[in-house]
Amino acid sequence: MAKYVLTVDDSRTMREMVAFTLRKAGYQVREAEDGQKAIEVLKAGPADVIITDLNMPVMDGVTLIRTLRADPKHRSVPILMLTTESDAGKKAEGKSAGATGWLVKPFDPDKLIDVVKRVSP
Amino acid sequence: MNFDHLRATYFEESAELLESAYSHLAALAEGRADGDTVHALFRAIHSIKGGGGAFGFDRLVALAHVMETLLDLLRDGALAFDDGLIGLLLRGADMLADLLAAERSGEALADGIEAELAGAFARAAGLDTSRVVPVAVAAPGSEAVQGWQIRFRPHPALFRNANEPLLLVRELRRLGAVEVRADLSALPALDRLEPEDAYITWSFGLTTSAPRAKVEEVFEFVVDDCALEIEPRVSAEVAKPLMAAEAAVQPEAAGAPAQLAGRAEASAAQSVRVDVVKVDRLVNLVGELVINQAMLVQLGGQLPPDLCPGLIGGLETLSQHLRELQEGVMAIRTQPVRSVFARMPRLVRELSAQLGKEVRLVITGEATEIDKTVVEQLADPLTHLLRNALDHGVEPPEVREAAGKPRQGTVHLSAEQRSGRIVIELSDDGRGIDRARVLARARERGLIAPDAVLSDAETDELIFLPSFSTAAVVSAVSGRGVGMDVVRRNIQALGGRITVESRFGAGSRFLLSLPLTLAVLDGLVVSVGAEAFILPISAIVESLRPPASDILALPGRGAVLSIRGGYVPLLPLHERLGIPDAVTDASRAIVVIVETDNAGRLGLVVDDLVGQQQVVVKSLEANYGPIDGIGGATILGDGRVALILDIPGLATSARPAPPPRPAAEPALALH
Repeated sequence: MAKYVLTVDDSRTMREMVAFTLRKAGYQVREAEDGQKAIEVLKAGPADVIITDLNMPVMDGVTLIRTLRADPKHRSVPILMLTTESDAGKKAEGKSAGATGWLVKPFDPDKLIDVVKRVSP
Repeated sequence: MNFDHLRATYFEESAELLESAYSHLAALAEGRADGDTVHALFRAIHSIKGGGGAFGFDRLVALAHVMETLLDLLRDGALAFDDGLIGLLLRGADMLADLLAAERSGEALADGIEAELAGAFARAAGLDTSRVVPVAVAAPGSEAVQGWQIRFRPHPALFRNANEPLLLVRELRRLGAVEVRADLSALPALDRLEPEDAYITWSFGLTTSAPRAKVEEVFEFVVDDCALEIEPRVSAEVAKPLMAAEAAVQPEAAGAPAQLAGRAEASAAQSVRVDVVKVDRLVNLVGELVINQAMLVQLGGQLPPDLCPGLIGGLETLSQHLRELQEGVMAIRTQPVRSVFARMPRLVRELSAQLGKEVRLVITGEATEIDKTVVEQLADPLTHLLRNALDHGVEPPEVREAAGKPRQGTVHLSAEQRSGRIVIELSDDGRGIDRARVLARARERGLIAPDAVLSDAETDELIFLPSFSTAAVVSAVSGRGVGMDVVRRNIQALGGRITVESRFGAGSRFLLSLPLTLAVLDGLVVSVGAEAFILPISAIVESLRPPASDILALPGRGAVLSIRGGYVPLLPLHERLGIPDAVTDASRAIVVIVETDNAGRLGLVVDDLVGQQQVVVKSLEANYGPIDGIGGATILGDGRVALILDIPGLATSARPAPPPRPAAEPALALH
């Protein structure tokens, strides 16, 4: 059964790029445009890996990570932050909120697949 | 989906993001900003940059990056917004738009045109621009080692981030053979054990040719949450494994997970993107239904009411639902005029700088929705009107001051829905139309008789005539001809009308009235012989049955109708379309006076007016090819097909070609 990855980003381009890359690698991908929407989507069932942007409207990535880690259902799901180099401070914040790892935008598709594999249970 | 598709998505999204950036900047400039405005602005630029990087649009990324740096300072309150910074950000957004357009079209912009701007951002953000920070590229040394000895002592909190030593082992095994030792000495007694803490220290003996960087990469995400030592393995000494890696690690699923087919992917998005073709098919189908329903109603009306008492009520309910369905489907095609309005502030900024004028553009009603096709085709006429307003309307600051006006001129662009149509208004507080000059010009060009007496409104209308220009100086902005005839033609092609009101010295106001959709037309059904035709209501000025004394025959040029001191050429439709058994005597027929953009007013001679109704436009071109004078077809309630007349097309074929201009007169630049 294909692994299910949830990509959370307010940029449609970024979401589609992540989805495109991972679908080609055989993953099942769902998309959410902010933290709040991600939580809605996760109500339907937990993801195997979550990839989230940090800077988003409504609910940002750090809050999303913190919220998920406080929920027993999502406590141990690998969460990757998709960040830019200018998010350095935010990255540390995300890490302490419970993020598993990170990827730097713009990402190399192979690296994305690689990292997703690396953190997948 | 492929790479081109992703690119298209990126450009589409970037255009939307830029649009939102412009409106946030406008909000900041006008003091309407709230706490989230600068964050939203930052995100917009950030997303453009993020996607741009993925496609290797380096120049764009570099500019967006310095903009982002500045916005970051503004966001944190380290800097405060002022007009200078807003202006700078607007210029930055303009440049991003240009760079995006260049990437999209594949035409590279001149090298370094953004450099000056990027420098300005860097200076505004307080960056030292003299020092270029080199990008550090880690060159992994090719250490010739047989492998690595790794000691990994996780901090207790390792698991809280969903990191997992077993996954690290799995990764290391991809690099080579791994021997694993677990040091359990730190493991507390069961009653003191925190089940979610990490206690075990691991030693990995990795036999591999992979460089250190590869090994470090495996620990990339945990390096801050552990004590990590990586030493080259110099000897082939192999420690006896306490635990075989194979036993600890679940075998990795072979290859990539299987492609999952058939399982619906629930999208979290609140909107769906639909191909316009699909929407058009829906619009068309609903159109068919509307026609069908009209036929049913007509048939139902012929039945004796007691034959089937429920039928009439049922048909009425059907009509009502159908109307709602039609409106709903039409609404899918509509789009806020924002997308075209959003281009105007930039135009005003650039033009006013170029012309040395101070102009404030006020936009209202940009959320008003109108058919997508109409929105797309509005850009040219609006740009034109705006150029004219700035070039010919708004005076230079000194002139304005001398006239007792504020130095800064105001141009107001608005849209609103008014009784089933969209009204777009563009007004300025400039000098208005100089009617004396317009009249003089029209006489000079032979557009009106030397002794003609025109009302103010009629005088203003003259500016819509082809090749009319009052610009005293040929300007780079508007060119020679004002090109208002082209504007009118564009608007009429959209089924709209344009009118102007002006007060000399106080400004002008252009009103564009447009249909909500192009798929449905407000038509006047007229009969000629046994045939019915549809005239677009938007073109009709008036209809009358003229007395015979007002109809004058011109030898060789047909007949004209004398009306209120002017003459309107008559075009008998039965003649033009070859229809037998029609009323040939214009004084016993009906004359419908229509407005054309290319030939002034024209009197169409028809037998009778049947009624006014909304008709669903069916394209003839798809099946027959274009026919001069016919704009399309529709099906009437009684099932008859009626042709929709194309007024400009009729007018062209009705009039003899205009006499050639004297050679001395240069052709006017219409644009």
